[in-house]
Order: sequence, then structure tokens, then C-alpha cells
Amino acid sequence: MSAARPPSTLTAARAVLYKELTLERRAPQTLTAMALFCASAFVIFHFALGRDELEGALASGVLWVTLTLAALLGIGRSFVADREEGGLDGFLLAPAPRTALLIAKATTLFIFLLIVGLLAALLFSVLLLGPTPSASQWASLALVIVLASLGIALVGSLIAGIAIQTRARDLITSILALPLLIPLLIAVTKASAPLLGLGAGTLAGRWLALLGLYDLIFGLLAYALFDYLVED
Amino acid sequence: MPTTKSLYGRRLTGYAIATAIVLTASLTLAFFYAPIEVDQGFSQKIFYIHVPLAIVTLGGFVVGGIFAIQYLRSGDTRHDLRSYTAIHQGLVFCIGALITGCIWAKAAWGQWWVWDEPTLVSFLIVFLLYCTYQPLRFSIEDPQRQARYAAVFAVVAGVFVPVNFIAVRLASPLIHPRVLGSSGGSLPSDMRIAFYSALVGVALLFITLCKYEMASKHSRAQLGALRRSVSGERDEPLATRSAAPRIAVK
Repeated sequence: MSAARPPSTLTAARAVLYKELTLERRAPQTLTAMALFCASAFVIFHFALGRDELEGALASGVLWVTLTLAALLGIGRSFVADREEGGLDGFLLAPAPRTALLIAKATTLFIFLLIVGLLAALLFSVLLLGPTPSASQWASLALVIVLASLGIALVGSLIAGIAIQTRARDLITSILALPLLIPLLIAVTKASAPLLGLGAGTLAGRWLALLGLYDLIFGLLAYALFDYLVED
Repeated sequence: MPTTKSLYGRRLTGYAIATAIVLTASLTLAFFYAPIEVDQGFSQKIFYIHVPLAIVTLGGFVVGGIFAIQYLRSGDTRHDLRSYTAIHQGLVFCIGALITGCIWAKAAWGQWWVWDEPTLVSFLIVFLLYCTYQPLRFSIEDPQRQARYAAVFAVVAGVFVPVNFIAVRLASPLIHPRVLGSSGGSLPSDMRIAFYSALVGVALLFITLCKYEMASKHSRAQLGALRRSVSGERDEPLATRSAAPRIAVK
């Protein structure tokens, strides 16, 4: 009898991803919390700024601050169920490559962020945004949201992997994630500002390049270092 | 396994004396040899402290990252201690760079803080990130896991520094005097001598303080071990929560 072959990285990642999405589908927690957080934040911004309509840099700032803080909720929840229910131990006992866990977690977070990002942008355009973006501006904004979600998902998975083993998990997640996400936030806010402005603003290539660079560097870093976070 | 005895205190006196001499000489050069800058006047003298502090801070963070990689590759706890010390002292120097930067901004532009200044803003972000190093270590009890996670952090943060500088620089107009630009710099030679000697002096100060901190931690661990052996207690130190690496004493 030949021994069963261990699953490949992609097979294991797909299995974990399926588990994550099924969990969220059966008992929606993270997605709904993130979406509700965004809606509440927009209402708070309306009263705090005393403005009915926003445009340009201010609109871009409000949208991305809200999305970043909502992302923190998702990052904070990323490994909690696995840790509390023993899923992490189960994964470590399985003969699966550890990178599979990173891929699955980052993909889950990416999907969540993408859904919340697009929903929040739509909601933002209804509630607070003054100018009406054109179809091409919407497409550009969607591209920015995709690249930003990818970057946040990669950095977030790495941070969630670090924070899950600490005592003050929530504190560590927030204080680690916010400074690490600043370069990404600079790029996305600068990229989005002309798209949410009054004129026919277009997407500047250098901010996309910076976002791509950020995603690439932190993707490689997460890939190289994640194994050290799930050693025991 | 090589003994750690006398490893950290080695050449400490030599470094301390060299630091005192070079720092004194560089400050003398800065104040009495280098000419007064035409635009900013005497207040430009802070440049000879601020810029070396900033450069050495970044160097310290890079060194911390390199030792962290060595720790991850070898598992040798001495690399963890070196990484911890470099980042710890780097943070102290970073505070110095930020404060002197604020003073310079006040003297040059009349404001304590200017958001248009990408280097200063980048430093603030880097400072905020490295501030989380100690709380992260402190929140992990198991020494091995603490060292491993801290090493992962040090590598990530080390890579973050240049990305952050690029992002902040792209986002703000350039107003900082580019004294050592790629075009060869506009620093006259007499200013350059004072600047480079200050840089060497501050770098020596960094090395001395790192060595001092490691020697101090090692001595304290040795003292604890001796005290326990005299009082007949068990050999292992009591588990206490600490952000600093545990040092194994033979």
C-alpha cells in the first residue's frame, strides 16, 4: 500500500479558503461587521465634519480612513476562530505546506476587503460624495480598490499571524497595522482624490506603480516570513 | 557552544574613549571651523547633529533587521540580543533625530512641525512603527516565540523603511535642503569635514551604547545566576515577563 501523498500548496489553500468562505456564509460575522462599520463611520463623518457633501482630497481621505479602519476589524478576526477552536493546531498537524495558510488567509481577507470596498464606495457616493464620477472614474476607483485590498490583505495576514500569538491581540493588530499601511494609504488617497473631485480627474500612473510596488514587496515578505509564524 | 562570558563588554572602553574624542572633535569642528551658513545663520549648526542622528538611526534599524535575519536562519539567541539592542538604541536615536528636526524646522521655517518636509514625516512614521517593537515583544511570553516574532517584525520593518520614504517623498514637494544629493552635493569642503566627523562620532556613540547595553544585560544575567547559585536556588531564572531577550549564562 502506498502512503497518501501530502496535498499540494494550492490544494491545501483551496481547502482552507473553502472553509473560511463557508464559515462566513453560514454565520456572517466579519463582512457584516465591516460593512456596518463603514456605514456608521460615514454618518459620523457627516456630523463631525458638518458637511453634507464632500469632494476631492477630503472625500478620498474620508473613504480610505473608513476602509482602513474597517480592514482592521477583518485583520483582527482573521485567525481568531482558528486559534480558539483549535483549527490552527489541526492545520499544523496536517502534512500541508504552511504557505497554504497564508494564501488562504490573504485570499479570504482580499475577497472581504474587495466586497466591502466596492460596497462602501457605492454607499459613500450616495451618502457623502458631491460630484458624480463618470464610468471611467468608477473603473479607475475600482482598480485602486483592488490593488489596495491586495496590499492590505497581504500585510494584514502577516500582522494577524503575528498578533494571534500575543496577549494583547487587538492592541498589537492596530498599532502594527496602521504605520505599516501608511505608504499604501498615501498612494490610494492621492490616486482617488482626482477621481472623486469636481473636474474630469484621471488616475495618475505613479500612484498605481507605488501600490503595485507595495503589493509586490509585502507579498514577497509575507511569503518568505510566514513559515516562521506558524512553527509551533 | 561558545561561552558568552566577556563577549559583550569587549573593547567597550576603547569604543567609549574613541566616541568621546571624535564627538568632541566633530563638535569643535562644527562650531569653530565650519563657516556660518549664509541663509540660516548659526541655527544651521544643528545640521551636524540632526543629520548624523537620522542616518545612524536608519543604519541601526537596518542592522537590527540583518541580525534578525541571522537569528531566523541560525536560531542563535545572541543575534536576537543584537537585533533587539540595535532597534532599541535606534529608537532612542530616532527620538533625538525627531527633536532636533523639530528645532531645526522652528529655526528655519518658524514652525515646530512642517508636513511638507518628507524626511521628517517619514521619520515620524518609522518611529511610530518601531515604537510597537517593545510592546510586541512584551506581549509574547515564551522567549523563543518572542525572539522569532520580533525577528519577523524587524525584517518587515526594515523593508518598510525605504518603501515609506519613497511614498512620503512622492507625496510632498521637496523643500528640505539637499546637502548630499546625487549631484555631488552643495556642501563646501570645510562643512563636509565637520559633517563626516560628526557622522563618525554619532555612529561610534551608537556602537558604544549598543555594546554597553548588551554588556549591562549580560552582567545582570550573570549576577542573577551567581546569586541563585549562592542561595542554592534552582538554576533557571524565574519566568518574568520582559520585552528584552533572555540571556543564557553558563
